Amino acid sequence: MTDLSASLPVAKPKNSILTGSDQMRRRNAAEFRFRLYGLAAISVSMAVLAIMLWTIFSDGVSAFKQAKISFPLTFSSEILDPAGNGDRAEMTKVTTVGYARLLTTAFRAELQARGISTEGLSDKEINDMLSKHAPGVLRAEVLGNTAILDTTRTVEVLAAGRIDGYLKGRVTRETAERDGQVTPGMLDLADRLTEAGMLRSAFNFDFLTNSDASDQRPEAAGLGVAILGSAYMMLLVVLICVPVGVATSIYLEEFAPKNRLTDVIEVNISNLAAVPSIVFGILGLAVFINFAKFPQSSPLVGALVLSLMTLPTIIIATRAAIRAVPPSIRDAALGVGASKMQTVFHHVLPLAAPGILTGTILGLASALGETAPLLLIGMVAYVDNYPGAPIEGFLDPATALPVQVYSWASRSDPAFIERSSGAIIVLLGFLVVMNVTAIILRRKFERRW
Amino acid sequence: MKMFKISASALAIAAAATAADARDQVQITGSSTVLPYATIVAEAFGENFDFPTPVVEGGGSGAGRKKLCEGVGENTVDIANSSSRISQADLDLCAANGVGEIMEVRFGYDGIVFASDVNGPEFAFTPGHIYNALAAEVLKDGAIVANPHTTWAEVDPAFAAQDILVFVPGTKHGTREVFDQKVIIAGCEETGAMEAFKAANNGDEDAAEAACMKLRTDGRSIDIDGDYTETLQRVDADKNGIGVFGLSFYQNNTDKLRVATMGGVVPSTETIAAGDYPVSRPLYFYVKKAHIGVIPGLKEYVEFFLSDDMAGPNGPLAAYGLVSDPELAATQAAVAAETPMGPLN
Repeated sequence: MTDLSASLPVAKPKNSILTGSDQMRRRNAAEFRFRLYGLAAISVSMAVLAIMLWTIFSDGVSAFKQAKISFPLTFSSEILDPAGNGDRAEMTKVTTVGYARLLTTAFRAELQARGISTEGLSDKEINDMLSKHAPGVLRAEVLGNTAILDTTRTVEVLAAGRIDGYLKGRVTRETAERDGQVTPGMLDLADRLTEAGMLRSAFNFDFLTNSDASDQRPEAAGLGVAILGSAYMMLLVVLICVPVGVATSIYLEEFAPKNRLTDVIEVNISNLAAVPSIVFGILGLAVFINFAKFPQSSPLVGALVLSLMTLPTIIIATRAAIRAVPPSIRDAALGVGASKMQTVFHHVLPLAAPGILTGTILGLASALGETAPLLLIGMVAYVDNYPGAPIEGFLDPATALPVQVYSWASRSDPAFIERSSGAIIVLLGFLVVMNVTAIILRRKFERRW
Repeated sequence: MKMFKISASALAIAAAATAADARDQVQITGSSTVLPYATIVAEAFGENFDFPTPVVEGGGSGAGRKKLCEGVGENTVDIANSSSRISQADLDLCAANGVGEIMEVRFGYDGIVFASDVNGPEFAFTPGHIYNALAAEVLKDGAIVANPHTTWAEVDPAFAAQDILVFVPGTKHGTREVFDQKVIIAGCEETGAMEAFKAANNGDEDAAEAACMKLRTDGRSIDIDGDYTETLQRVDADKNGIGVFGLSFYQNNTDKLRVATMGGVVPSTETIAAGDYPVSRPLYFYVKKAHIGVIPGLKEYVEFFLSDDMAGPNGPLAAYGLVSDPELAATQAAVAAETPMGPLN
């Protein structure tokens, strides 16, 4: 070795590596620039995300608060039970119009009793302070429990949408002057009611449990049916996708011969993952509703359509997870005499499970946010009744969370914009929970070799 | 493996349940203009009757009528809402699919208004103004020329010198049909362009009408395929914009929009009911007669919809912006007798 080095001409280095050449400076500068590009890319995307979240939250947080008016009410049997025999069938003849009269009379009486001035306001304006939703709620309560007839208690009813908007700053005296549904006088009355403690804004649990409401009562609209519908669909998607997806992946990875046919299948699975979701909606309409005669708007059909959409994602993720299990595990199992199936189910599948779970949750998260295919199978609709308990409930009409966002965004009353953003917040909440679960599961159970 | 069995059995049960379980709520689909009215009625129906609340879908008049005509059976819809009258093509489709008798129900009228930003100048339009502002070719000094107008002042010196920009409903909307008929064609006749087009086409009226309805494509007339909320956002973003809205939508957004008069008449439920405001259209829904008595609550819903408490001049629908039908009583009687519609005339 010493001979060799001695025989070579020793080239004196022009520069020390410590001083740095032009070339090195250029390389360093290039690297520095690349880092800047990267930082810029990240800051742009973070800024866009921040703007998006800011608009959603600034519009939507107020949906979680709701103005309510409380006053004592006597469930007078004179009005609610004209026949006077407490018979429920007789009492159903009193419509919400009768209940509305009862409510507004009690409200106006309380205003008078408390000496709250209603000067310059017509009876209609005072009545319009209360939500049109209230009589229906009251009627359902009375018919559900006729024993409360002729008792008196303090009821808390929703304030009208515009009054709610006033407390949230959406409606001002200036807009009220031009608005056909509210007058500045009503806003003054709202101020006096707040002072008297009759009107207050509180956390709005109803937003999460109420069903949808019509354009005339945005204050009553809630996500109950949508959340239930989404939950049913996700449950069914898991029940359909996991067995089918895992079985497909195991067969393709562990058992199937590598030939032209399996190549074709593989290409097709990748293709399916890229098909626009609306196509699955068209397929769902043709196959599940028109051919199989499943009921429209039902979570079952929605779940079948979303399953078709999610399956490729789950298959691809599952195959990757199975492939990541090193062959030595399989060889060892086969070597001690396990059958191929025992190898797969005792060793490969448990080791691949965290990866499969992560892939499934991510697939579900994308299915949860999907609207387009649901449009064609009748789930983008006004659904007021909650779907029943499983399993019959899977066939009852329901909507889904993203659908509710979409349909509220196209309503004419500006109060629905707030509801729509509120629904987005709820949807984002679900997505964050699902994605965080996926990450935690992966961190906790994933094994690396 | 266990999962297999669970999901297989769940599907089997579901399938069995479909066969056994009759649909117990009314299914409605169709026009997004009628959707809010139908929702209001459905909500009140659910509150006041022991039947479940009907399910109401939007999606467009044409699509809704096609769905109605898909066939008879529990997995087809019961009612199609429509903001224009059913066409012969739809009726033929219905007949081909065995959907026999259909009840036509006209429940009121809807106005179409032009509205701009609330802080902008006021406009008093006639159909001729709109035609001169938006048509591809207009009559100028006795000759047909490509539309030269760029500001409203050029259309009529009485207007402010504001750039012409109008958001028109897209061709898939039922509203567009009314806009074409009641505004553009009317304006075409008013300005005398119709006569000129007829002369140019050797007296062919259809060709002249087609020429009238061609709107300019230089970005001053913009088709909106979304709903009125999109139009409102566009007007909000560009204060020069004038949007075409339904009367009820405008009434819910009076704090943001200033409405233009048409032919000197302010659009309101009263002026439309009196027939003074020219741009209005009837609203319909079509009921599949074969489903009455099969789907619980269907007839009750239709009767409730038409009752004076709902569709009458003092009902909630009128409060929302519906112009109630002066011949409501006749419609109520026809529905009570379950009279099917005759051939289109």
